[in-house]
Amino acid sequence: MLRGALRWLRPGHLGTEAEQATFRTLHSASLTAPELREGLTSGSAGRAIRHLRDLLGVPAVALTDTVTTLAWDGRFGHHEQDAAALAAVVVESGGTVVLDRRSFACSDPGCGLRQVVISPLVVEDRVVGTLQAFTSSASAALVRAVTEVARWVSGNLELAELDASRTRLMEAEVRALRAQISPHFIYNSLTAIASFVRTDPVRARELLLEFADFTRYSFSKHGEYTTLAEELRSIERYLVLEKARFGDRLQVTLRVAQEVLPVAVPFLCLQPLVENAVRHGLERKPGTGTVTIIAADQAGECLISVEDDGIGEDPDKVRRALAGDVSVDSVGLGNVDARLRTAFGDDYGLVVETAPGAGTKVIVRVPKFAPGVRP
Amino acid sequence: MSAAGYSLLAVTAVVVATLAVGAYGWRFSRTTSDFFVASRTVRPGLNASAIGGEYLSAASFLGVAGLVLAFGTEMLWYPVGWTAGYLVLLVLVAAPLRRSGAYTLPDFAESRLESRGVRRLSALLVVAIGWLYLMPQFQGAGLALAATTGTGAWLGGVLVATVVLVNVLFGGMRSITFVQAFQYWLKLTALLFPLLFMVTIWLGDGAVSPASTGTTPGDSWESPLAGAGDHRLYTTYSIIVATFLGTMGLPHVVVRFYTNPDGAAARRTTLFVLALLGLFYLLPPVYGGLGRLYAPDLIASGDTESVVLELPARMLAGTLGDLLSALTTAGAFAAFLSTSSGLTVAVAGVISQDVLGRRLGGVRAFQAGAVVAVLVPLGLALLAEGVGVAQAVGLAFAFAASTFCPLLVLGIWWRRLTDAGAIAGMLVGGGCAGGAVLATLLGAAPAGWPGALLAQPAAWTVPLAFLTMVGISLATPRRVPRHAARTMVRLHTPEAVQLDRGVLPR
Repeated sequence: MLRGALRWLRPGHLGTEAEQATFRTLHSASLTAPELREGLTSGSAGRAIRHLRDLLGVPAVALTDTVTTLAWDGRFGHHEQDAAALAAVVVESGGTVVLDRRSFACSDPGCGLRQVVISPLVVEDRVVGTLQAFTSSASAALVRAVTEVARWVSGNLELAELDASRTRLMEAEVRALRAQISPHFIYNSLTAIASFVRTDPVRARELLLEFADFTRYSFSKHGEYTTLAEELRSIERYLVLEKARFGDRLQVTLRVAQEVLPVAVPFLCLQPLVENAVRHGLERKPGTGTVTIIAADQAGECLISVEDDGIGEDPDKVRRALAGDVSVDSVGLGNVDARLRTAFGDDYGLVVETAPGAGTKVIVRVPKFAPGVRP
Repeated sequence: MSAAGYSLLAVTAVVVATLAVGAYGWRFSRTTSDFFVASRTVRPGLNASAIGGEYLSAASFLGVAGLVLAFGTEMLWYPVGWTAGYLVLLVLVAAPLRRSGAYTLPDFAESRLESRGVRRLSALLVVAIGWLYLMPQFQGAGLALAATTGTGAWLGGVLVATVVLVNVLFGGMRSITFVQAFQYWLKLTALLFPLLFMVTIWLGDGAVSPASTGTTPGDSWESPLAGAGDHRLYTTYSIIVATFLGTMGLPHVVVRFYTNPDGAAARRTTLFVLALLGLFYLLPPVYGGLGRLYAPDLIASGDTESVVLELPARMLAGTLGDLLSALTTAGAFAAFLSTSSGLTVAVAGVISQDVLGRRLGGVRAFQAGAVVAVLVPLGLALLAEGVGVAQAVGLAFAFAASTFCPLLVLGIWWRRLTDAGAIAGMLVGGGCAGGAVLATLLGAAPAGWPGALLAQPAAWTVPLAFLTMVGISLATPRRVPRHAARTMVRLHTPEAVQLDRGVLPR
């Protein structure tokens, strides 16, 4: 311990000068990275640019997209207007260029900006913007530095692109899930309704209206989240239609604590679970099947479980379905799991209790409040 | 059967009924033939009864009558303020708070100010307010059981704490709303029914005014601000500030607003609450007035808080009086149980979410939180000398008014509030009010003006907290939350309005 203390007292324990310079550089870079991860906008550029100027150590820095100036930091702000025109040169050439005073005319004799190093920002082989470093005289080292920083910024922008495409993928999956209101279900419902048209026209009409309401909800242009009440209402319609088809073979128990009805949940996150339960609980099994849906109030959380007493499932298959294996015959289980995790964090994934012949129980935990999640 | 026997029986009945109603509420299970459960969101009337049930604590049930008996009409500001707090809540907070989507106060702080720091501080304050509020409930339970059955003063507190803990630990599946709504009507009945008999007797005795029988000549029972004691005017204003503005900062009240389906329903609920509380608070002062005529010895002995429990037996001879006294005892226990349960759930929720959440799983964390939420104030209640239920609860209100009132009011109505301003304001308000509360609870308060300022701190701590919050916010304009404007649109636009509310900040 004493030796440890002595080491701290010895001069230079924080590293040599060169090491400290590296630390400073890394620190500036680490401050910039999260801003750039939002993509190249005037907001993110404005917050990142100060750190970029620290990195390069030049009097002025500009960030542009391909046509406009996004942010400017440093002295001699009257040149901010030139940045957009300068960007056009690089967007065409695609490589780092050094331009002098002639390309950005200046009437101010006291202006210290005589040369500019411009490097393109490239995402997936496409120039999306430029990094411009204005200085009095551009050394070879500065050209090298600007090129490297631009490449690093490009890397972060590519990560941003990756984030965005992941979000888009998730949205596409929700859309697919909506389209997944299976043709089977539509066919079966309509057949069941048709069978009532002569014998019980009133019921047939009611069922048709339920069907219309159900499809309207499922196909509606809806935000990412909805309330548990809305989701349950749609499930109730779905069950009414399934009951018309199965009659007394399908038994449904719903126990819902009123307190949790306003909770925000991802759109169509329970519907696939109920559909699975009906299919597994009934379709490949003789006799009656029971589906139990419970929503309980547990202080800051809501516990929802969907249970069937059907043929059960091999736990390994469920594990694969949760991991995203689409070949497994479980409608959207992996998708629901992924969307719950994105919305509420990894603590809130699906829990599936099942074994062959022992039925299936899927448990969803939803916090009553999560930042950014509202219907 | 003896009077004590009836009381024990009544207390047992309350406990059993509480469990039974919860089980009934849970029976709301349906098969597909007749369900449509989802359309049964909690109606404002039911929700308001539940809020009333949770809100009317021992301070309202026992404390108000005791204060009126001892100090006279001046004390009517307590029930007036405890009701009017909901008026302020209705006008300034109810609907925007519901639209914010927050479940607890820390949730609101986080979503409005987009800062984890404000969230953590709010969580700490919620726990502090919860404990400060729970402590007098346990003390009151001890006093009530001691007064009616002659047991030790600690037993009632331990009993209530145990029942609450068992209830919260093993009752997660019950329907809380029905239980709490039932408690409100039980409390109302427990006060109203005996009162009908007693008022009849009083009318039969010639309807003597309570003010006419002074224990001392020149008594000031009926005229406010005329009695002994210094700085009565300041104290009264301070009580008004604390009770009017403190209600919105009570953790167990706020969580109930989440049950409303939208902002309009939140307002309607609050309106119902105002009516229900207005009705209830008519009754305790009558007990205080009648107590002055029929149980004046309680003033001399200092046991004024037991007037509600003892008065029926004193005015009505025989079994009827004993039965009615047992009824008020049952009501008192309903008050202890419902308020303590509500507070325990709210405090345990915050402890489990903000302190234990990462280390323990969801349900385990909540149970551990519930144990901590109950045991600490129980320990305090057993250790600390009784301050008077109403006074201790008043201090909890002052503390809430000095911390969460500025946060909520400025957070909802002022877009330039910053996280730094909110933290500074809550620290200053909470620090000053908390210091004053501690000084009072420990009996270290000096005499004269400083003593008055410490005994009822709200009149100076609340403005101080507001000023600090505004000042620091103005000094840190760069820290205004990035999505403040968007959040404001969400808070203030009715849900029915079709409007692009934008993607939410995460």
